[in-house]
Amino acid sequence: MIRVQTEDFDIGAEIGKMTAGNSEIGGLASFVGLVRDYAGDEKISSMTLEHYPGMTEKQLSRLEAEARERWDLQDVLIIHRYGTLNPGDRIVLVVTASAHREASLESCQFLIDWLKTKAPFWKLEDRESGAQWVESRSEDSVAADKWVRVTDA
Amino acid sequence: MQVLYFGWVRARIGISKEELSPPPEVTTVASLIDWLKGRGDGYATAFEDSTSLRVAVNQEIAQLDAEITDGDEVAVFPPMTGG
Repeated sequence: MIRVQTEDFDIGAEIGKMTAGNSEIGGLASFVGLVRDYAGDEKISSMTLEHYPGMTEKQLSRLEAEARERWDLQDVLIIHRYGTLNPGDRIVLVVTASAHREASLESCQFLIDWLKTKAPFWKLEDRESGAQWVESRSEDSVAADKWVRVTDA
Repeated sequence: MQVLYFGWVRARIGISKEELSPPPEVTTVASLIDWLKGRGDGYATAFEDSTSLRVAVNQEIAQLDAEITDGDEVAVFPPMTGG
């Protein structure tokens, strides 16, 4: 399941809903992304996330489908927030559930790596020196590329 | 044709979307961008460096040489920074 929202989310409640009534789940992995209060050596007072409504939902659904195709998963949850967030606020939640740990751990990392470069979000940081768009990082492209399968190329 | 802008592309142009009727020679995203550059300084600045632009056609990631027609939804934006 995917959700794109301005509201915060409750990690415990989300995991509880996922596992309730599904005792085939033997383990789950989660990743929570948070707003940092610095960029380089500058303080950040807030971050505003903009996204492409319509395309965002399509891309996140596609990522979920790709994870389910590659791993044997019991469930997948991706929640991505947009709007203005403060340092410490939660931005994104990825939870993957499987019978055995490898599938959930690997697919969770896969999803967050691909979200970085394939989910249409853009971040504007409110820094001491003024507003600054967050640039894509080459490390993120490298992390995303390591999941590309030879057959996809 | 509906054209959308996001991130610093939107900020430089000053609007997030517009309905456009480009001339017939505009057949690809690249030619649309070239045509838009002539519409004002904001566009010229936003589209200065085409290597830093990413595009989508009808909400699917596309390349600059992708063909476009009248009813398409075309979006131009910086590299995505999700997560």
